[in-house]
Amino acid sequence: MLEPAGSNQSAQMRCVRMDKKKHCVKLSVQPSRALMDEKFIVLVQNAPPGFQMTIHSLHHSEDGHSWEAFGHYTADATGTVNVSQDHSVGGTYSGVEPMGLLWSLRPVPGSKPHLRFRKMNVQTPMEVTISVYQGHQTVFVDQVQLASVLVERWYMAPGVRRIPVTESNLTATLFLPPGPGPFPGVLDLWGGGGQLVEYRSALLASHGFASLALDYLTPKITLKTGKMVENDYFETAYKFLQQHPQVSGSRIAMMGLSFGTTMTLKMAVYSEVMKLSCAVCISGSHIQPVNATVEEIFIMFDTKSEKTRISEENEVIWHDVVLPVPTDPGMKADVGRLQCPLLLIVGEDDQNWAAPESAQDIKEMMEQAGNSHLLTLLSYANTGHLIEPPYTPHTRASRFKPVGSNELLVVLWGGETVAHSRAQEDAWRKTLAFLRENLYSRKNSAVTFTSHL
Amino acid sequence: MPYTDPPILSVYPSRALVDEAFKVLVENLPPGCPVTVHSLHLSEDDNYWEAYGHYISDHRGSVSVSEDVSFGGTYTGKEPMGLLWSLRPVPGSRQGLRLRKMNVCTPMLVNISVHCGHLVEAFRDQTPLASVLTERWYMAPGVKRIDIRERGMRGTLFIPPGPGPFPGLLDLWGGGGGLLEHRAALLASHGFVSLALEYLTSGEIPTARLDYNYFEKAFNIIQDHPLVTPDRVGIFGLSLGSFVTFNLAAKSTIINPRCCVCISGFHCHPYRSMGEMIQTNLNKLHVDENNYQIWRDMSLPIPSDISKKVDMGKIKCPLLLVCGHDDQSYPAVELAEDIAQMVHAAGKDHLLTKVFYHGTGHMIEPPYSPHFRATTFMAKTKPKVILLWGGQTKPHSDAQEDSWKKILAFLQHHLYSTPNPRAKM
Repeated sequence: MLEPAGSNQSAQMRCVRMDKKKHCVKLSVQPSRALMDEKFIVLVQNAPPGFQMTIHSLHHSEDGHSWEAFGHYTADATGTVNVSQDHSVGGTYSGVEPMGLLWSLRPVPGSKPHLRFRKMNVQTPMEVTISVYQGHQTVFVDQVQLASVLVERWYMAPGVRRIPVTESNLTATLFLPPGPGPFPGVLDLWGGGGQLVEYRSALLASHGFASLALDYLTPKITLKTGKMVENDYFETAYKFLQQHPQVSGSRIAMMGLSFGTTMTLKMAVYSEVMKLSCAVCISGSHIQPVNATVEEIFIMFDTKSEKTRISEENEVIWHDVVLPVPTDPGMKADVGRLQCPLLLIVGEDDQNWAAPESAQDIKEMMEQAGNSHLLTLLSYANTGHLIEPPYTPHTRASRFKPVGSNELLVVLWGGETVAHSRAQEDAWRKTLAFLRENLYSRKNSAVTFTSHL
Repeated sequence: MPYTDPPILSVYPSRALVDEAFKVLVENLPPGCPVTVHSLHLSEDDNYWEAYGHYISDHRGSVSVSEDVSFGGTYTGKEPMGLLWSLRPVPGSRQGLRLRKMNVCTPMLVNISVHCGHLVEAFRDQTPLASVLTERWYMAPGVKRIDIRERGMRGTLFIPPGPGPFPGLLDLWGGGGGLLEHRAALLASHGFVSLALEYLTSGEIPTARLDYNYFEKAFNIIQDHPLVTPDRVGIFGLSLGSFVTFNLAAKSTIINPRCCVCISGFHCHPYRSMGEMIQTNLNKLHVDENNYQIWRDMSLPIPSDISKKVDMGKIKCPLLLVCGHDDQSYPAVELAEDIAQMVHAAGKDHLLTKVFYHGTGHMIEPPYSPHFRATTFMAKTKPKVILLWGGQTKPHSDAQEDSWKKILAFLQHHLYSTPNPRAKM
């Protein structure tokens, strides 16, 4: 018998009895500590052949909520389930989904609605408990696991340095890769929710880019003076990177999501100070009054509320606010003047921003201007607005308070979970390759070696 | 080099258990470029250890340590993990140093860097082209560490994450004494509740007069733990720890280990203390050209008188013996063969598995740990002695890697699975 000595009768048999043989199911996850964008292999061994099981993931977020995902599996003739190779026949994901236990995480039953997963403290890992249960379960509250392990998912690779930046009235955090450098730099902008969001920059630094996460809507200077920043704030951030002893001043990119795209295009096209090596624009548009201040542009989006739609579930849809795409060139960033490569990433089910429509117009403008060879457009079907680094839960709608508003609304971002999660994985890989190509491997005519193929 | 593109160095995974392999990759170099890939570690006792390999980038400007050949350095050839197992104290360090992690709750940090050209020295005076940090952990996430100070015991218990119950292991080190936790922590990371037991204080002269009651009580502590399956507890010993294990396996009427792993063990010790052993065999105590002591011959010839040995024919559980042919402190292979004879005479061949490795010394540790051919021993009560453990670095490191796989498979088979008579180890 396998009852632990001294335990009472209600202690569960952790080992499964079948045909008088006892099987102690063994669960392993490799690697047990990984970066947020790295894959893992979840392996169950030593189960009875044909054994039905549920593999479950559980995460307690920083803001006190519980998230879970699960897949239903059947052990093969050797008593093994390999999540990277085998089919889930049910659960929060189905089919062969190596990372389904992460991207299909959703708030546990009974949670508040409209939650969004966001790790704000990037210095600690996201901890996920992976467990195996007997049978195909859907409710886990009173169940006892057969086995469970803990997995750490990190935004910061070992040796990445996190440096708060407050000089020159900037509110930012610099993430430096380990090593002597100098490193190419990335200026990293989020969207209309403001705040200082660090996780993408932390991850970029883990991939060899000195990345500056910049708060440009709610920086200390704005909170103090009540005034929004202007172009020179971004230029100051750029110069900070450029002059940093561990940054290659001539290899700096800018990346923005949502309203961050608006700012990125503004700077990439019009700034005399910023000489960007490339730009990445996610879920945004080029629609903005030219020669306007940041504040004027921001307010422009805010006031067009008559184009706001409300879904049947009372979710706010801001997709139409910037439409139709203007024909007046004074109302769009003149992307025909861009001199650096541009990676545009849009979700075709974006309910928050008319990103696909803008992307089409950007493409046409660049074709007409003759610089469309600089454009790479990634357009993903059934993908929503929040295209983030991979393997975190997809949020179709969540509570959101745009800067300057007191109202906490439920905003519809869009996207269907499976397609959106695949899009995140693909877009991130291509983003890193794009940054590497333009920041690490530029062909330089001064170099005497033959360029690599 | 302002006009060349910066190289990209990566180690995957960047955080791993100490027995997991990694891939070190350098990209974005010019093609055909000579580089040195270097590893550097600052130990807990403030000594620098380093290793390095000389490579040449391919036509794509890449160097893959897992796939490419090192042309020189502290290792040569295709050696994915050479940057760890060939670590050695930097020039100018004291003699007889040993690399041991005492605090297993934090990772071993290793700096991996790439330098231009084929360097052989003064690495820390040169700025590398790139460098990254990698963490090597003894404890998997969720493993719990608990100090055990009860019933007169001094040890540390490591518990795997999960609901259990788990098989258990009593982990015994050798005559150097002290409380060494790293192997028990690693075993817990592989699903075994493991108790690292201190039975000699560090520097205390090992005596053969060990109180076996102490070990039996420690074994019971593991069995009594609510997360342990009491009939699936084994013993893992090295050196003197193996001697203890042989005694318990053959003679104890109180405990019944499910299986035993014994590394570099000896089953004959008809002396009251190490001191007496040395005194009795002084003529057989040799030193090498560095004045390192070679104890090996003091244990030869192996007595045929069974009263001077542990009667290994009396073992009741599967036993895995791991030894090195180049063990200079004990004639481990000859001793293992003697054990095999006794086991055979008792008709218990099916219980014994022997694994011997050429070019391998006494200190067979978990994989990728640097090999020490000789280290200080018994530092406290005598003038410092440096003992020759033996082994040549490359075969010894291969043996550490291979034996660990076999050990884990052996433990998995005997402590986790129900042995299937058709299945072979």
